[in-house]
Parts: sequence; C-alpha cells; structure tokens
Amino acid sequence: MAKRIDVSGLTAYYGTHKAIEDISMTVEPRSVTAFIGPSGCGKSTFLRTLNRMHEVTPGGRVEGKVMLDDENLYGSGVDPVSVRRTVGMVFQRPNPFPTMSIFENVAAGLKLNGSYRKSELEAIVEKSLKGANLWNEVKDRLNKPGAGLSGGQQQRLCIARAIAVEPDVLLMDEPCSALDPISTLAIEDLIGELKERFTIVIVTHNMQQAARVSDRTAFFNLAGVGQPGKLIEIDETERIFSNPSVQATEDYISGRFG
Amino acid sequence: MKTDIEPTSSAAGSPPKVRTRSTGRAGDKIFLALSRGSGIALLVIMAAIAAFLTYRAAIAISKDEANFLTYFEWNTGSSPMRFGIAVLAYGTIVSSIIAMVIAVPVAVGIALFISHYAPRRLATPVAYVIDLLAAVPSIVYGLWGALFLVPHLTGLYTWFDDYLGWTGILSYQGGAARSLFTVGILLAIMILPIVTSVSREVFRQVPKMHEEAALALGATRWEVIRMSVLPFGRSGIISASMLGLGRALGETMAVATVLSPNFLIETSLLDPGGGTFAQNIASRFKEAGNDGRDALIASGLVLFVITLLVNGAARMIIARRKEYSGTAA
Repeated sequence: MAKRIDVSGLTAYYGTHKAIEDISMTVEPRSVTAFIGPSGCGKSTFLRTLNRMHEVTPGGRVEGKVMLDDENLYGSGVDPVSVRRTVGMVFQRPNPFPTMSIFENVAAGLKLNGSYRKSELEAIVEKSLKGANLWNEVKDRLNKPGAGLSGGQQQRLCIARAIAVEPDVLLMDEPCSALDPISTLAIEDLIGELKERFTIVIVTHNMQQAARVSDRTAFFNLAGVGQPGKLIEIDETERIFSNPSVQATEDYISGRFG
Repeated sequence: MKTDIEPTSSAAGSPPKVRTRSTGRAGDKIFLALSRGSGIALLVIMAAIAAFLTYRAAIAISKDEANFLTYFEWNTGSSPMRFGIAVLAYGTIVSSIIAMVIAVPVAVGIALFISHYAPRRLATPVAYVIDLLAAVPSIVYGLWGALFLVPHLTGLYTWFDDYLGWTGILSYQGGAARSLFTVGILLAIMILPIVTSVSREVFRQVPKMHEEAALALGATRWEVIRMSVLPFGRSGIISASMLGLGRALGETMAVATVLSPNFLIETSLLDPGGGTFAQNIASRFKEAGNDGRDALIASGLVLFVITLLVNGAARMIIARRKEYSGTAA
C-alpha cells in the first residue's frame, strides 16, 4: 500500500532515439506528484517507465533504476506483468473495455489476479466504484456496457478499475485532457481523496491543475527538437509556482514559452 | 464605399446563378445518367437472373415425381423424373462444417500470430504466403487433393477407425479416401487464406488504448488478446468465417475432383460417397438434357437459399451484440 518511488539515473530510448536522460527523483507515498513541461519533454514517457509500460512500445528500452520501496522494478528476474499489477495506470483517453459491462470492467483486474467468490467480487466492485465517486450514478445499471457512460464517468470507471486491485501506486497520464470542466473537477476532487490511500503521480498540461491537486511538482524540459527531455527541478508545488529555483521553470509557468 | 457594396451585392446574387449552371453542365448530366443507368442495370440483371432460375426450377420441380427435398436419388434421364436434394444438402453442409471447424481456429491463430506475436521480419512474409494461397486456382487444389491428400489420408483414417470407429461417424472400411471428410479438409485449406487475412486486418485495427488498458492491469500477452483483441475482433471473425463458409458451400472443381460421389447418406464421414450441390451440378451438367438441366438449376437455387440463410444468421449474431461492439466507444 502506498509505496515510495525512488528513481535514479533513468534514461529511456525509442529505438536509437533518447527520449529522456538521467532522471533521478523521489516520489513520496500518500501524496500527489505532478509532472509538467512542454510537449515532447518526455514526462509521459517517464511516467510509463514507472510501471514498465514504456517497453511495450516497439523499440522502447530503459536504463537505470526504479525502486518501489526496496524492490527494483528493473531488477533481473522482475516480471513486468507483476509490476503492472502493483502500479496502476489511468490514461489520457478513457478506455473502458468496450465489450464489458460496468461491473465486468471494474472486476477485470481482479479476475486476472485470481479467483474470487461472487460476493467478494460484488463487495470489491462496490467499494471501488464508491472510491471513484461513481457508485451512485451507476449502481442501477452495473450490467450495462461501460462504453455507454459519459466521458467523465468513463474516466472514473477506469479509475475504479485501477484501484480495484489495490495498487501501491496510481499513475495518471493527463487524465482530464479529454474531459469537460465539470468532469475535470470531479476527477480532481477524487484525486484529493485517493491520495489518502495511494501514491499518485499525474502528468498534466494544465498548470492550474498541477497547482490545485499536487503536493509536489516536477518540471521537465528539453533543450531542443530531437534532444532528450530532462528533469529540471522537483519541489513543493507551492514553491515551484511562487519561487522556483531555476529560471526556465519560472519562464514556463509564467507563460513565457511552452 | 461603392467598391465595398459591389462585391456583396454580386455575391448575394451569384448563388442561384451557380446552382442553375451546375446542373446544366454536360459532365454532370453524363455522369448522372451513367451512374443511374448502372444502378438500374444491376437491378435489372439481378431480377432477370432470379426470374430465369426460378422459372426453370419451377418447371423441373413440377415434373418431379418424388419429393424434391427428401428424395435420395437423382434420376433425370428417364421419364418420369425422380430426384431430390437430400444427399446434396447433407453433403454440402457437412463438408462445409468440417471445413469451418478445422479452418477457423487455425486461421484465427495465424492471424493473431501475424498481428500480435511474430516479429515484423517474420510477420510480413507469413502474411504474404497466406495471401498467395488464395491465388491458387481451385482446380489445382483439386488435383493436389486427389493425387496427394487422398492416398496420404488412408493411414489417418485407419487410425481414426481403430480408436474412434465405435462412434460410427468415424468408422472406415478402407478404400480410397474420397470422402466428405477429405473434402472438408481440402475446403479448410482453401478457405484458410480469406478467413486469416480478414481476421488479421480486424486484429490490427484494435485500438492501442484498449490493449494498453489490459496491459496496465497486469495482463499477460494472452490475457490482452482475450480481454481486448478477441472481443473487439469478434464480429470481424464472424464475418471472416462467413466469407469462408460462402466459398466452402459453393466450391465446385476441387470437390468434384476429390469426391467419389454417390447418392447415399453414409453414417461414416470417412467412407467414400456423398455429394454436394456444386459438385453435382458440375458433374452432370454436360450430359444432362433440358429437363435434367432444369433440375440442376433447382438444386442451385436451394444452395443460394442456404447461403442467404447463413449470411442472415451471421448478421443477426453481429447485430445482437452491437451495443458491445466497441465501435460505440
């Protein structure tokens, strides 16, 4: 439950292209850490190295170390599949399984992990949907397809699916960028509740969002097109947005570029 | 000021002018006539074929002294004529079912291998070879079946008979393996390319985000396929199978070359004998007289109806789960 992430010297490649270079940072448990930076700076790539999703892309390759408490995710003999069972992920576009009902969507991860009795499944599904603030909206139509929900509801369904397996960490890749402002607000409130139980890392293009939801903020940047993205600084969110220690960060958050 | 007003007034006046001119253009008129003519011609040709076939079939069936649907013989040379399609319907459906049972799982497996397992270096040539199989003329399959497959299947059939002969349907009395089962195997090979390539295209179109949804939950490659790829591709697999089934039902030359036909429904699928609609038409058409040809046309109409029913059933299966088809997302 809610583990600390400790990254050191992490470099990721797409084939021969170096996407991010030599990133080291610590992500505190039971907190929200936001990644901001201009497009192409590698913040999403970095996020995807934290649950070994990066290597799913053809040519994707990673060097360095990601410690989840005492376990190196890239240690020899570590199965990426089991990593993804403990580090959950929510994507930019809501992606419920289109052929499954709402109930089956939430239960999908559990069914991968083992066999549950029906009553156990029902209890976990209810708890997860409540945890994602979706229960009241869908409790009467759990057997309807998940794809029939609105975009914001679908995204909360995806969050319910991710937290149903009780992951140690929850990664969110621009979870609100496809949603309207009201749905965005609902997700942001939810993030505030979820950080009591999980370690949360969120990539966002919206700096106000980072300021609203996160405890710590990391700013990524790249020197130019084709150059690898780098971590410029990571600090308390308040400090990043009021008095960052690097000039580039201030330029970015004050809208001077990016 | 004046120059400002002039363009607006001319713009306001021009639209109706443009509209009248566009219908007046010769190119539009010709194209309209051409496309409308083609559409009408298609309907007229279809109607003419249907009317001709139904008319000739009706003549034949009215002269039939036996029950057209249930009679086990095909005597059209003597008068009165006595013929029925029972054996042909049985043989056509059974050989096609055997072909589907063998071909669909293999084709889906190959399609998944090409789209999700094989490295690109291997996937491209494998896909190419499969597509090449579709280009082989059916008579070549027939010759290969008769000269290679038939002699090499006797061993397998003897083995079936030893262990599964008690079932009746897999008993084998020896002799050339020119049976419905052999036809089924040959048809399976023939429909493999079309089922494979249609399934492969569907599997390739599975949105990345559905596969990542499964991956992020900690799904193995097989679980990703089970949770994302197969559900998404379900209706595509059904369509692919129906295309294959259509070919299997109507296949003529290969069946006629391999099968040793008779007008019996044997318990055993392995013993030679039986027949299919298309094979029966091909084998008899040249020697048949006018009445005989009408009888064959009647049998062809039945095949057409069966194909229609199969297609309708497939469409119903696809439509029933449309809500879950994934295109709604």
